This record gives sequence, structure tokens and C-alpha cells, in this order.
Amino acid sequence: MPKVWDWDLAGQALPLLLQGFLVTLAATVVASVVAIILGLVLAMLRRTRFAAVRAPVRAFVEFVRSTPVMVQLFAVYVVFPGLSPFTIGVTVLGIHYATYMSEVYRAGIDGVPKGQWEAATALSLPRGRTWRAVILPQAVRNVLPALGNYVISMFKDTPFLAVITVHEMVFQATTFGGDHFKYLEVFTMAAAIFLIASYPTSLLVRRLEKRLGH
Amino acid sequence: MATEPKIPDLSEVDTPPNLPTGTPMVQFDKVVKRFGDNVVLDHLDFSVEQGERVTLIGPSGSGKTTILRLLMTLERINDGVIYVEGQPLSHMDRGGKLVPANERYLSTVRKKIGMVFQQFNLFPNMKVLENVIEAPVHVLGVPKDEAVERAKKLLDLVGLADRVGQHPTSLSGGQQQRVAIARALAMQPDVLLLDEVTSALDPELVADVLNVLRDIARTTTITMLIVTHEMHFARDVSNRILMFDKGRIVEEGAPDKIFSEPENDRTQTFLRAVLEER
Repeated sequence: MPKVWDWDLAGQALPLLLQGFLVTLAATVVASVVAIILGLVLAMLRRTRFAAVRAPVRAFVEFVRSTPVMVQLFAVYVVFPGLSPFTIGVTVLGIHYATYMSEVYRAGIDGVPKGQWEAATALSLPRGRTWRAVILPQAVRNVLPALGNYVISMFKDTPFLAVITVHEMVFQATTFGGDHFKYLEVFTMAAAIFLIASYPTSLLVRRLEKRLGH
Repeated sequence: MATEPKIPDLSEVDTPPNLPTGTPMVQFDKVVKRFGDNVVLDHLDFSVEQGERVTLIGPSGSGKTTILRLLMTLERINDGVIYVEGQPLSHMDRGGKLVPANERYLSTVRKKIGMVFQQFNLFPNMKVLENVIEAPVHVLGVPKDEAVERAKKLLDLVGLADRVGQHPTSLSGGQQQRVAIARALAMQPDVLLLDEVTSALDPELVADVLNVLRDIARTTTITMLIVTHEMHFARDVSNRILMFDKGRIVEEGAPDKIFSEPENDRTQTFLRAVLEER
């Protein structure tokens, strides 16, 4: 009877998985930066006084949120064959999460009391300065935990990038498992690595929530 | 732009300044303000002279706060024109015709006006000192070290020199409101609007705020429009009282006359109600 768990195989897979994990981390970091910045831009565009800007931005956000990220990855992969899979992956994932984060930012901006805008007006602060110095610092502080949760969620969505051949951890696990006709070890280990990375992060976010009094 | 604060040494002047004559500091010309179907101000006419201190009294909903908010450009008027130092505030001159003001125009005229709010509205993400220097540095272009020096003087004036490095949330309501007063004065406005500045405060904190305002009234020539329920304070600092009811002035005059021998029935009932409350 064959062994259920093969430690040798697990030992062989580990370096490959860690190599994939680095790609996973890199993808999470780059996609997060895209999502955090673009999400804010989308949120602010949805508040501009120009209806001609608001409507298309809103349509774009709705479209991206209503279609699966895997379909978006495939579509962009097929349409732009010249781009590297990693670039496509982090861009699509980043944009996808940006649309979710834009809603978070919106809630944060709406949560800043009206009196703050009025005080800024009473002091004649220009609009740009009001956003930068008064509104956004308060809005972002309030939504930091929510943004953190989306980053964790994005981290766990990086395996989707495997479908467009990005060599992240799950891609490596699949390849290794296929080569050895044995998936239990690699996938168990991949799951464990995800857990080890994301659980402490979510504890951090929870602590942040508490500190901010949520 | 003058860089010296308009707050002179407190010992300098002890009597209210003589009121200069000429162009009114503030003038309302047939001003109409509606919220939906509710007419809050109904063709309101009145003016305030330079250096004058005018207190608006009247039942809630009579339009007092709306007048201050219109002056601060927090609301737009529906009809009529508001002038500040003869310059239209709600409108701008385009080819000899008055058209509704755009944002850029508003931002130049509103620098003449400062406001202190009932809820203080300090910026909680900035320290006390940063709250006070924010606008002088970023709106008037005052060099930072100069703005800091002036801000410290103003915070000293309101009795909070030792709180410059604290966050507003660590201060009492009365202290926060005094910071807000310093912040408004830091912009050296010609007109200071005080919108029920003690209404949100615990009773024991009211006196400190009112004393700071009394000092400012006594030692500066700044024009003040005040909405308050503190009738003693109104009597002390005002040159004139306007009694409002349903968006109209029903009686006006010197504080002694209004508080001692009001003529209008509404004024009499209102003052009786307010004074009995105390």
C-alpha cells in the first residue's frame, strides 16, 4: 500500500512552493498598490460635480464588480498577448479590487462630518487642499481596517493568476503535483503557507479596528 | 495683505471703538432664502457698519443662523444680493450685470469673513497649532514660521498657549471652541460670524469662551455678527440687536432699549421666555 503522506516529496516541493510564494507576495503588493490608489481615484471621480465623468465611472465600477475576476483575466490575456502575464495579472486584480475599495473610500468620505467641509470653506481652503489636508486623512483613517481586509482577500485571490500562467504558488503546486502524480503534499503545504501568512495579518487588522474604535 | 494681527495688545483700548461711517461692512438687499417650500428669509434688508457688533436674536427657525451661513457662503441665496464692503458676495459683476458668483469669485470674497461654529469643527487630524496655521499658510501664503508665531500669540490670547502640541480631541469643549476662535482670527477677517458658539458647551465652560469674545470685542475693531442665546453677553458686546421672527426683522435697536423696554409683542414674549429659562 502506498504511503498517504510522503515527507520526501514534501521536502522536494518546498523550495518550489516558496519560490512561488515570492511571486504571490509580489503580485499581492503590486495589485494592492494599484487597488489602493485607483480605488481612491474612482471614489473621488464619483463625487465630482461633472455628471459626464460620474456616469461612465459608475458604469465602469458596476461592470467590473459584476463580472468574475477570472473572466477578466482571460479576456485581457487574450486581447493583449504582448504583455507579460504578471503585468496583466496584477493590473486586472488591482483594478478589480479598486472598484470594491472605491466603495469603501466612498463610505469613509461620506463619514467625515459636514462641519469639516464647512470649516474648510470658512477658512477659504482651496478644494484640493481641503481634500488632501482635511477630508482624506480622516476618511482613510476610518476605513483602514476595511482596506486591510480587502488586501488579505486579494492575497487569497492570487491563485487565479495561475490560469494565465503566472508562476505563483498554486501554479507551482499544480505543476509539481502533475509531474509526480501526487497533489496531497503540495496543496496541503500551499494551504499552510497561505494560512501562516494571512492569519497574523488579519489579527493585525483586527487590532487596528479595535484601536480605531470600530 | 497686512501681516500684523488685528488683535492689538489687550491693554491698549478699553472703550468700544468709534464706528467709522461710509460703506456698510455687510449689506443684505432684498435677500430671499428658501429651503424647498419653506421661506426662511423673505426679502430681508439690513446692513452692518464697519466695526459694528450686531446680535441677532429670535426664536429658532427665524432665520438667524441662515443669515450667517449665507454670509459664509455655506448656502446660496435664492434672490436679492449680499454685499460685503460694497462688493457683491452672492454675485459677481460680468459686463455691468450681476450674475451668480462662481466658486473662484466666492473664494476671493469669503476671505474677508471668518466664522466660529456651534460644534467647533476643528480638524481632528491636526494638532491645535496646525489647526490655527493651516489657512494662513495655505490660503494667505504667510511663511510658516511667521504663521506659527502669530498662531502662538492668538492661542495665548484665548488662554491656550500651553496646548499648541495637543490634538483637539484631548481638549474640553470650551478649549476647543477657543482654539476655533483663534483659528478664525488667524485669517484676519474683517467680519467675524459667531453662530451659537456656546450652545454645545457644558454650562461651566461657557464663561471662558464668552470672556475671550468680550476681550476681542473690547480690543479690536473687527465687525461681528452674533447669534446667541446668552442675552447678558449680547447686551455687553453689541451695538445693536436685531429681533427676528419668521425671516423678518420685527424690532431693532440698542441693547438697552431692546432688553429693557422692547416695543414689539414678539420681542417681549421671546425675551420673557429666554430670560425665564435661566
